[in-house]
Amino acid sequence: MDVTDLTACRMRDALRARDLSAADAAEACIEAIDRLNPKVKAFLSTDAPRARRRAAEIDKRLDAGEDVGLLAGVPVAVKDNMCTDDGQPTTCASRILQNWRAPYNAHVVERLLAEGAVIVGKTNLDEFAMGSSTENSGFEATRNPWDLDRVPGGSSGGSAAAVAARMTPIALGSDTGGSIRQPAALCGVVGMKPTYGRVSRYGLVAFASSLDQIGPFGRTVEDAALLLQATAGHDERDSTSVSETDEPVPDYLATLDEPVAPLRIGLPREFFGEGLDPEVERAVRDALAVYEGLGAELVDVDLPHSTDYAIATYYIVATSEASSNLARYDGVHYGHRSSDHTDMIDMYMRTREEGFGDEVKRRIMLGTYALSAGYYDAYYKKALQVRRLIRRDFDEAFETVDCIMGPTSPTAAFRMGEKTADPLTMYLSDVYTASANLAAIAGISVPCGFTEAGLPVGLQILSGVFTEERLLRIARMYERETDWASRAPPVCEGAS
Amino acid sequence: MSGARLIPTIGMEVHLHLATRTKMFCACAVEYDAPPNSRVCPVCLGMPGVLPVMNKRAVELAIRMALALGGTIPDFAQWDRKHYYYPDLPKNYQISEYDQPLGVGGYLDVPLDGKTFRVGIIRVHLEEDAGKLMHAEDGNYSVVDLNRTGTPLLEVVSEPDIHSAAQARAYGEALRQLAVYLGVGDCNMELGQMRCEPNISLKIGEGPDGTPRYTPISEIKNLNSFRAVERAVAFEIARHREEYEDDPDGYTLEHLGKSTRGWLDDREQTFLQRSKEEAHDYRYLPEPDLVPVVPDRKWVDEVRAALPELPETRRRRFVEQYGLPEYDAGVLTADREVADFYEDVVSLHKRKPPTDPNVPKAASNWMMQDVMRVLNEQNIGIGQITIEAGDIAAVSDMVLAGDINRETGSDVLRIAIDTGKSPWQIVQEQDLAQTSDEGELERIVDEVIAENPGPAQDFAEGKDKAVGRLIGMAKKKTGGKANPNVVREILVRKLRG
Repeated sequence: MDVTDLTACRMRDALRARDLSAADAAEACIEAIDRLNPKVKAFLSTDAPRARRRAAEIDKRLDAGEDVGLLAGVPVAVKDNMCTDDGQPTTCASRILQNWRAPYNAHVVERLLAEGAVIVGKTNLDEFAMGSSTENSGFEATRNPWDLDRVPGGSSGGSAAAVAARMTPIALGSDTGGSIRQPAALCGVVGMKPTYGRVSRYGLVAFASSLDQIGPFGRTVEDAALLLQATAGHDERDSTSVSETDEPVPDYLATLDEPVAPLRIGLPREFFGEGLDPEVERAVRDALAVYEGLGAELVDVDLPHSTDYAIATYYIVATSEASSNLARYDGVHYGHRSSDHTDMIDMYMRTREEGFGDEVKRRIMLGTYALSAGYYDAYYKKALQVRRLIRRDFDEAFETVDCIMGPTSPTAAFRMGEKTADPLTMYLSDVYTASANLAAIAGISVPCGFTEAGLPVGLQILSGVFTEERLLRIARMYERETDWASRAPPVCEGAS
Repeated sequence: MSGARLIPTIGMEVHLHLATRTKMFCACAVEYDAPPNSRVCPVCLGMPGVLPVMNKRAVELAIRMALALGGTIPDFAQWDRKHYYYPDLPKNYQISEYDQPLGVGGYLDVPLDGKTFRVGIIRVHLEEDAGKLMHAEDGNYSVVDLNRTGTPLLEVVSEPDIHSAAQARAYGEALRQLAVYLGVGDCNMELGQMRCEPNISLKIGEGPDGTPRYTPISEIKNLNSFRAVERAVAFEIARHREEYEDDPDGYTLEHLGKSTRGWLDDREQTFLQRSKEEAHDYRYLPEPDLVPVVPDRKWVDEVRAALPELPETRRRRFVEQYGLPEYDAGVLTADREVADFYEDVVSLHKRKPPTDPNVPKAASNWMMQDVMRVLNEQNIGIGQITIEAGDIAAVSDMVLAGDINRETGSDVLRIAIDTGKSPWQIVQEQDLAQTSDEGELERIVDEVIAENPGPAQDFAEGKDKAVGRLIGMAKKKTGGKANPNVVREILVRKLRG
């Protein structure tokens, strides 16, 4: 048995049965990372000795019969925009935070540790989560494990690639406009964006505060459910996290295999229009046929504002908030400070000039412009109004359907460098995903086939706020009928 | 062009630190004297990934202040980010309330020279304070202390209803008194707990279409004493007048807009900090990390019901109910605890009812002459004085009843404060009670007449002045205990009878 072939849930079963030690599970991941990461470049930092110590401690507790938690001994990777006070840097893949070590743990990291997880490393991302290909990392570009010349998607490309290449069974990402779902689709894994407020953002380095949400990656729906279970719930340090009284966290794993019936699936015309790659469309239509075969009813729905305006609205809201959130990186209190400056303003300018990459600078400028006196009403305020219309589109649709389905991304993984010269083309990678963040609803991407070139395609399923339990069941219905999850990318096979 | 037509038109922005134990958005203690950067955490340091959590106590205090000013509490208040780059502001934005504040409207009646004037309140809102930057003497570097970062600040913005430097000062003082009365803030100006920013303009007159015309507005930043408020406003009024008279067409609000000025306390001058062209664009953004404040109506009603009597209301009541002079009422109500103490002294009189017309004024005299002297000498507040209100009432009772005279009363009070003994005990131990025993006093008066034939003769012949000398001699013989009124009656009977 190759340990890295195990899903997190099966690994967990083996660990609990003591058929597998946490030390062996950690060692298998460390070995896979050592072997594959030089090619895939999914991890920015790892700390193998620390992971080994942690695994040994978990083993001791498991041996003593302790209840060590949901993730006892399971290796997990964390996107490097979540704070860890374990001595590894938290860089956001930015030179401005290159050597910054957080003095505290993010809420989700506390949750992982409380549930017995072994954190194996911090994964690469587009700088400050701004991008759709992980090429905007300030350090190095992550490769798609299915084709090393192609991008893994982004911004959580490191986490998606790490799970796809089986360097870790599960990983956390963050999704602001599609940053979990799109790389999940491009890497052939399951990635979920929970409802805004389901998982605490405390310790997630903010890109766009009203859109950011942490979520799980796994090779199966069950693994995604497991990791969501471990991280969801109220945190008083995040005022936007929902209270347990209003929205208690259900037992996602308990009901996962119960099909949803009757099931009405909404198909927005807007999600099958211009720009959609025919191979992607075919895979998605095939998946819809599977649902029909399971008794689901397919219904046309209208989301009039959600494609035409979603990207424009998204890039105003997200860049405005980003320009504000990133104001703090000025070299005064922490992070990179330019060594060469004449006065305070010069220090600010050189620090930010040297510390930020082009895409981050572009978005800071866009957001600063949108919030400027005289422009606020025309841009930011207008964007908030459209945002409400988009939310209403979904609310109305969910009155008649249980979920909405479509492609996660208009294309499969594109070539490295293919879209870097034209930011607008890159922005259109989020065309189907950004509206879910604007509407604050839940969404998931599940593998639904491959292109002729062997690149994975993702099916996106969206559902209303705090309906993750049903959403996971719907995704699981399809997954049970297919075996996409069992395929390993060539990079794994090539080495073994 | 006569200067008399120029009417100073002044609005004030007052910032005050709220009396909360912890900061506005984190659990760090508010402690001014702590070592630099020792009351900080990732949240108030603005570290990557942190989120603010609102301090409910600060909201309650802000609502209390807004209600005391007669304002209303909207159903919805919105937090906003106000952006500017400065090293004492770690996030490079301040969390504030821009266009949806916690409190709107209201007014403050301000006493000045025996009258009151009314200043309208535009809004009351909450925000967080910045840290403190200190510059090295050689100018090569600066250091920052972030203990103050995130301290809850209440901002009260007035209508431009202030028309002189003296009024500006009086408004600041009245607002401070109100905040202290309400327990909203300590408002220690030396510690920077209260800062005033007057906005000054002169009304020039009316334009052709009847709309008022003004000189440009200058806002003076960060005044931290009332003396500075008064002098800076006076300086600006004079400066505006001069500038306007030099250039009546150009020196107007429509041409020059608003500028920001600083105050040099030692030189007693303002100086230009930022002109209209250099004004910041704060790029306000609704704070996405905080939910809007939706004050529960029941809670607001509870805060309103718990409001104490306000200083100006109380001052007027002291004049009406107790018949006190305006001056006494003003002094006694300046501090809520002093006013409480005073009312206790009045009500604890036992031998004369508190409704006796002499009691309130007598109690006021004890407070203003004896008690406040001790407070000043010992530099303490009324809460620390080592005597109970009931003991002061007891001394006052003894004087009003003629048991002891006023001077003896002061001595007794002083001994009571110094030793903690009860006034009765002191009077008995030291045998201080006045002698009103006519038999004994007759004998003493006889001695005094015999020993002072000259003054006795003078008094007998109708010279009233002489009686003082005779009474003085009688007091001397009794060690001060002779009741002067009784002695006088005996002298009249014996010498003029």
